[in-house]
This record gives sequence, C-alpha cells and structure tokens, in this order.
Amino acid sequence: MHELSICQSLIDQVEQIALTHGAQSVESVKLKVGPLSGVEPLLLQHAYPYASAGTLAAESTLVIELAPLKVSCETCGAETEAEPSWLVCGACGSCHTRLVSGDEMILMSVELITAEGTNHV
Amino acid sequence: MCDTCGCNITPGNREFAYKPVNGTTAVAVLKNLLAKNDDQAIHNRQHFDKHRLLAINLMSSPGSGKTALLEATIDALRNEYRIGVIEGDLETENDAERIRAKGAPAHQITTGSACHLDSHMVHDALHRFPLAGLDILFIENVGNLICPASFDLGQHRNVTLLSVTEGDDKPAKYPVMFRAADIVLLTKSDLLPVLDDFSPARAEANLRNLASTVPVMQLAARKALGLQTWLDWLRSELARQRARVDRGETARPRIQADGVRLHEAST
Repeated sequence: MHELSICQSLIDQVEQIALTHGAQSVESVKLKVGPLSGVEPLLLQHAYPYASAGTLAAESTLVIELAPLKVSCETCGAETEAEPSWLVCGACGSCHTRLVSGDEMILMSVELITAEGTNHV
Repeated sequence: MCDTCGCNITPGNREFAYKPVNGTTAVAVLKNLLAKNDDQAIHNRQHFDKHRLLAINLMSSPGSGKTALLEATIDALRNEYRIGVIEGDLETENDAERIRAKGAPAHQITTGSACHLDSHMVHDALHRFPLAGLDILFIENVGNLICPASFDLGQHRNVTLLSVTEGDDKPAKYPVMFRAADIVLLTKSDLLPVLDDFSPARAEANLRNLASTVPVMQLAARKALGLQTWLDWLRSELARQRARVDRGETARPRIQADGVRLHEAST
C-alpha cells in the first residue's frame, strides 16, 4: 500500500543524481528488491509512471532485479535457498540463520542522458 | 552507512553497480529506497538518546490489544518510570485519550488514510510532544501487519503483538512483520481456554521458522496476567539503553537496514 510513496522517494533520489551530473534526462533506473523487503515489485512498476511524470525521469524505464532469498547457517555454515516464511537452514534445519540476501530494496544504478553523450562515471 | 566512498559495494553487487550502456552515463548508487525515511529516523533516534529514553515501536493487527497493553503497563510502572505515548491511527483521538486517562502524556498522530507511521510524522510529533523527563516512549503504530514493518521511526526496539484470536499462523503469513520483532507478545491469553484453534506452541514454531530467536511471552493485559516478564523485559531494555547512551552508543531494532548489512559485509 505504500509503493507510491516509496516511488516518490525514489524519484527524488534519482532527480538529485541527474541534477548533480548535469543530465538532460534519465534513461533507466535499476533497483534490486528482495521478497522480504516489504515492497511489491509489480506495484512499484505500476506506481512508477505516476511518480515520475513531469520529472527528469519521466521517460525512463524502471528495471527491477529480484534478489534471491538466501540464508547462511550459524550452526553448520551452509548457505541455502529459503522461502519468505521458511528461513531455517535448508541443510541442517537450524533456526540460527542469517539472511544473506532477500530483504534488500536498493537503488542500484541510474543511466543518465547527458548533453556530451557518453560520459562514464 | 556510507553512500559516497563505495564501501557498500561488495563482490556480489560490484558488477551490477557499474554498467555503462550505449551512450548514456551509468551512475552507481546503492542506496536504500527509504533513505530519506532512514535519515530522518537516525535524527529521531538522536533525539531519543539525548533524552536517555527508550523508544519502543508497538506493531500488530488492529484490535490485538496495543492500547490495552500500554494502559496496563502505565498502571504497573506508575511509581517507577515516566512513560509517554505517541499514538498512530487513521482517525480519532480515542487512543490518546485512553492513555491520558491513565495520567500519562500522549500525542495522537492521525494519518488520514496512510497505513503506517513514518519517521517524518514521528519527528513532527516530537516537536509538539515534550520528551524531557520521560523514561520510556512508546510509539503505537497504525494497526497493520504489513506496512509499519518497513519504516524505521528511530525506535530502539520493535514489539509485535499477536492476539490469540487472530490465528497461530500469522508469523508465517506476515514474515516481514514478525522478522522485525525484538519480542513477540501473545496477547489476550486469558481467552485460550475457549479457543480450540490457537496453539501458542504452533505460533512460536512459525516464528522460529523465520529464523527468529526472540522471546515470546503470553499475557492478558486487561486481566493483568503474565505482565511480570514483559515488565522485566522493559526494565532490562531501559537499563541497557541507558548504558549504551553513557557509552555514546545507540541501538536499532533487530532487523538492520539492508545498506548497513552490505556495509558490514564489505568491511
């Protein structure tokens, strides 16, 4: 239910980056989102055009990479795949695990269109 | 976390962070989407630490007994601590009035239609709500098992309530919320004898399946049953908070923001 406000916060960050780099517009925005992040990628995609309208990111594409859900076991040391409601070790069944991937909600990178053309940062 | 020097770029995400594509400029960012909220939350936490108080975020479904727990807690600790409450609801001052009736200061945030509190709303409230002299500040979040889990308010600890009338599979159904808990309270436990479908053991097993090792306590606030372990937990958390403040440290809830984890992984 809060994907629109998250999108607005995302667009604020993206516009700030575009302004800092003197960009004309934003080509694409890349996110990494995990199943335990609390945001739904599909809802973010739906909200994105509304949040970006009238900004430097208006014509940009939102690319969302889904982060896999993985836990690392503090008992046996194995790193295994997990499910959102099943985060115990897939190898030994211990509940003393640490999430190594799956709760991220990160702005990874932004592609900008600048007046000079290619300009690697 | 640091967003400027690149120390949050790990072997796992490096390739992803720098990837220039045809004629455009690729800028690595690696910043949490809720960075603005998180920055404000850090500021709120500094306010709390400056006043040497313990800030607790209470989260649960609507009607699971958050306000009743606060009423019972205020009564029980009346001679020990000064407690303040920030209430979050879509509408009405009802909960704040219940707290004030117990003699504790309360500030009501009405969110309109927003389904959670965020750090900016709490910060606005802090400017209208004197923290001086408080030992414990409770922030009673909007009743909702989904959205409140994603927003750091600046609290030190998250308390998640699960009333026994709700079903013992709630931790499995709402993993983001229950993973965020520093302690889980099974409330309205006096009703267990008449509920044949809620097993506290199953509720706890569902929580453990989320790799959560936090304490689980049963209590019935309106009957003043099982309050002692909860009050002891509060006392020890306040003592730990004061010791941290004296060392110039602070604490975040059990679940750290992802950026912090990335940073830890790269150092």
